[in-house]
Amino acid sequence: MSTDDSPPPGTGPATPAAIDAVPLRHPWRWVTAIVVLVLAALFLYGAATNPAYRWPVFGKYILDERIVKGVVVTLELTVLSMVLAIVLAVMLAVMRLSPNPVLRAVSWVYLWIFRGTPVWVQLVFWGLVPTIYKNIQLGIPFGPTFFHLNIQSLAPYFWLAVVGLALNEAAYLAEIIRAGISSVPEGQHEASVALGMSWWMTMRRTVLPQAMRVIIPPTGNEFIGMLKTTSLVAAVPFTKDLFGAQRNISAVIFEPVPLLIVASAWYLLVTSILMVGQHYLEEYFSRGASRKLTAKQLEALNEAEQLGEVGHV
Amino acid sequence: MTASATGKVPMVKAEGVCKNFGALQVLKGVTLEIGRGQVLVLIGPSGSGKSTFLRCINHLEQINGGRLYVDGELIGYRERGDKLYEMSPRDAARQRRDIGMVFQHFNLFPHRTALANIIEAPMQVKGVKKAEALARAKDLLGKVGLSAKADAYPAQLSGGQQQRIAIARALAMEPKLMLFDEPTSALDPELVGEVLAVMKALAAAGMTMVVVTHEMGFAREVADQLVFMDGGVIVEAGPPREVLANPQHQRTQAFLSKVM
Repeated sequence: MSTDDSPPPGTGPATPAAIDAVPLRHPWRWVTAIVVLVLAALFLYGAATNPAYRWPVFGKYILDERIVKGVVVTLELTVLSMVLAIVLAVMLAVMRLSPNPVLRAVSWVYLWIFRGTPVWVQLVFWGLVPTIYKNIQLGIPFGPTFFHLNIQSLAPYFWLAVVGLALNEAAYLAEIIRAGISSVPEGQHEASVALGMSWWMTMRRTVLPQAMRVIIPPTGNEFIGMLKTTSLVAAVPFTKDLFGAQRNISAVIFEPVPLLIVASAWYLLVTSILMVGQHYLEEYFSRGASRKLTAKQLEALNEAEQLGEVGHV
Repeated sequence: MTASATGKVPMVKAEGVCKNFGALQVLKGVTLEIGRGQVLVLIGPSGSGKSTFLRCINHLEQINGGRLYVDGELIGYRERGDKLYEMSPRDAARQRRDIGMVFQHFNLFPHRTALANIIEAPMQVKGVKKAEALARAKDLLGKVGLSAKADAYPAQLSGGQQQRIAIARALAMEPKLMLFDEPTSALDPELVGEVLAVMKALAAAGMTMVVVTHEMGFAREVADQLVFMDGGVIVEAGPPREVLANPQHQRTQAFLSKVM
């Protein structure tokens, strides 16, 4: 076993001394830091002493039952619509790249409509669905009906909000996923096909897992974006989400500023948690992309070394 | 089941194979035969159509003219009466299972370890049980001399090691024919030898191989047939020693004088 300070073979008798240089000074970093700190202190002092912020009101409502319930509803809206959007987006992206021209055209038209109209307008439309389609009937066209549903009596505004958000989001996600799929080299497709894999198996086993590395970071952004877009569901109209709950309270007590801060604090907290999750997802899907050894490999190497098995590299 | 049982049918039979890319005619009637256990080496300048011909054999490219048979089975088309029908993707995939291919740029799956690369197709395509696939993969890793690298990702391997894993991956499907598309062209000169050694061992074990390469030493030593292509046609073919020592055609002489 060799120690760290013994010279590697072939470097000559004397190891050169380590460099001991005076580090470069960065005076401007200190200046900017002081300026920023002073500005921040001024703002915080102003915010703390300005009665318009109504900090006692903030303290009273930050954990209000309606607000906390609104956070839960916002999370439900976000997660459900994102899950639905991701499923739809993968289908749209695969359709867009499929050899079937009909599927390609369907995907294109979908993107054209859902990216070409504002999400607020789409949500208002979804809110009007019960008025436009009062009933859903399942059966043979011009023939007998097997199933009948009266939408207007259900008033499913939560689900209309989820569908409205998801269908809009799917159009954007589909483009992200398509870019990810296109980023996988052609040779990967060829190698899979040459091994006898079908087109779909190639997508599922070879292309999509590699595309994930490109897809995950922007999808994380979309997830965070969706959390905030849920504040638009008032257009449906649905008002049990965080932003709606905040507005319902502030409209009654005439205190918009502290309640906006309450909502912002919660949005910021949830966003921060999502960012941590995104970090770990990115780490998982970048496996194989780096030459660095993984923890598992290092462990195996250590074990082998202890057994004296490391002969050749 | 197929005519292969007779043993008389050549492994690859090409009859006037033509291939166009739009208006560009890349193959202008290639005719050749490769017997079982034989090694055919294709040489020629870039753009001569040798790689395209190789890719036609496992239907990565669809031919536009002539007929191409592997083990007596028409590739890419179904023949009923005197009419040809385009083959369904499912049937084409079934034909490719039995034909291994090794690429110039390895094309290993970067998100899987060496071992996972090798067991992928047997398990997914053939439905081989994991234990069985693993046992076979470890055996193949030993044959290409990389048992210690089972858990390494492709990015952690040298080019020569990657190409040897790629050969093991193709062999895991137990192919009856192996296609090599310039397998050493992307390698550092010092790494070429280790890949050629694996290929030589494979040829010695009786594998039928079609190799596109610029390694004339390998051609002389291993090939049963050497084929020189230029401009989409076979210019000259024969035993490698004869073709290399005494090329008959002027184009062959000019080409060989540049590469040797």
